[in-house]
Amino acid sequence: MLMLTDVLVLAAILFCISVAGIFINRKNVIILLMCIELMLLSVNMNFIAFSHFHGDIRGQVFVFFILTVAAAESAIGLAILVVLFRKRKTINVADLDTLKG
Amino acid sequence: MTITAELVFIVPEITLLVLACIILIADTLHIEKHATLTYWLAQIALIVIIFLVLIDFPDESKRLFFGNFVSDSMSGVLKVSICAITICVFFYSYDYLKEHELIKGEYFVLGLFAVLGMMVMVSANSLLTVYLGLELMSLSLYSMVAMHRESQTASEAAMKYFVLGALASGILLYGISILYGVSGTLELPALSAYIEAQSGNNILLVFGLVFVIVGIAFKLGLVPFHMWLPDVYEGSPTSVTLFVSTAPKLAAFAMAIRLLVDGMGPMAGDWQGMLIILSVLSMAAGNIIAISQTNIKRMLAYSTIAHMGFFMLGIASATQLGYAGSMFYVMIYALMIMGAFGMVILLGRKGYEADNLDDFKGLSDRSPWFAFIMLILMFSMAGVPPFIGFWAKWFVLKEIIANGYIWLATVAVILSVIGAYYYLRIVKLMYFDKPQQMTAIKASQEMRFILSLNGLSLLFLGFMPGALMTLCIRAIGY
Repeated sequence: MLMLTDVLVLAAILFCISVAGIFINRKNVIILLMCIELMLLSVNMNFIAFSHFHGDIRGQVFVFFILTVAAAESAIGLAILVVLFRKRKTINVADLDTLKG
Repeated sequence: MTITAELVFIVPEITLLVLACIILIADTLHIEKHATLTYWLAQIALIVIIFLVLIDFPDESKRLFFGNFVSDSMSGVLKVSICAITICVFFYSYDYLKEHELIKGEYFVLGLFAVLGMMVMVSANSLLTVYLGLELMSLSLYSMVAMHRESQTASEAAMKYFVLGALASGILLYGISILYGVSGTLELPALSAYIEAQSGNNILLVFGLVFVIVGIAFKLGLVPFHMWLPDVYEGSPTSVTLFVSTAPKLAAFAMAIRLLVDGMGPMAGDWQGMLIILSVLSMAAGNIIAISQTNIKRMLAYSTIAHMGFFMLGIASATQLGYAGSMFYVMIYALMIMGAFGMVILLGRKGYEADNLDDFKGLSDRSPWFAFIMLILMFSMAGVPPFIGFWAKWFVLKEIIANGYIWLATVAVILSVIGAYYYLRIVKLMYFDKPQQMTAIKASQEMRFILSLNGLSLLFLGFMPGALMTLCIRAIGY
């Protein structure tokens, strides 16, 4: 029988992978976008698990909203990526250094 | 109350949504060089919204739509100020965008959608509405930053803003999911009641709280989550910087109040310490790094970080008066930074951004009046006594001292004095240095008028800060 903690641990691992991906990745902006997506999906797993074990439907409704927002977010992210590529001819994260942050 | 009866309370939001969609369609159908129609329609829409909020001004707190939405005086006051600030921002932007040939109707439409997001955030009463409002606002802002497609810096700034903003939302969302899991509710008052009923310290709630605070700190730009802020401020077109730096701060304040006070008020003991650490770090890093900047947009970005740290102190005091002080601070701050970026726009011209400190050299010879307005803005930001910036700091400091954090007040004052150096340096450049260029300032009459009004309103408010403070206290106290 799958326990609540099992799902939560899995979601936490996915979340850590995505955060690590954002910080470690120095090569490719597309991987950043994938990490962001993975992060939102790991949160979704959290919500669904809690919703199921609480017997409360609102968590699953929240998941629908997150999925919709995630779609809009990746659309905008890819659009910005296209603008960036046209201007720079590169999507290497390490090359994004005109502004010293 | 039935759902239809409750609709009355979200008339401003519904109207804004409908108007924004209509303006978007009008913009695509009516093609013209300067997007004049879109601009005026957007301004009219915002004025209509202000009227709608004022007509049915909420004087008591009502929770609507299954506890997802709240209508109270704080939301009313903040909605009116957000719309009023956006009107001024559009005034400044219109001049700038025309001059730099960036004018597109989308700028105003995206601005309206961002305002809608902020209004939802301000009125949020559940974790779901906080998140949705926040995303609507952020997604519009990312696209506005990316609007200058010919600029290398703008696209890079947009990418950085997008990635870090999405990371912040993700972290906030993770915290929200933990809070939901522990309490089994999404509504903020129910969450608060659950925490109240808990005896002792629940480690899982603190775990969720940490994620939520990191999310809020990212959005406000508190150290150590401030990396995006200077790059976005410097990289994006000045009109977008102007928008990002003003109205969203009010919304972020509302988000902090809703989540921390309405949602996790009984855990104040836990979040107070975290906020104090973030504030002290922000004030220190912001004020000290700002000194070494030569680009005024970047300097103002670090000054923003410092100001955000200071204003967080009011929330960290965890009292009604402290929240009111913070609200006062953030409203005044929005007025000040709007004037400062307005000045950068005023000095710029076709194909030339006046974003270096050297551009302010000898401004008093070129235009004594605007040098004086800039003087008011800088003295106000530095917190020199008769000006309003001083009162904003005063109300916050008074409250943290009343709560026994004398060391904290001392640190805040010392760091503000360090910060005064770089504001006063601009005054010195304006009045005591020789100008590098003598070109006359050319800006439209409206721009000059609104900018003068902006500066003078700060001077005027400085002599009677009581009225605005009373308003803030009433807004917080419901």
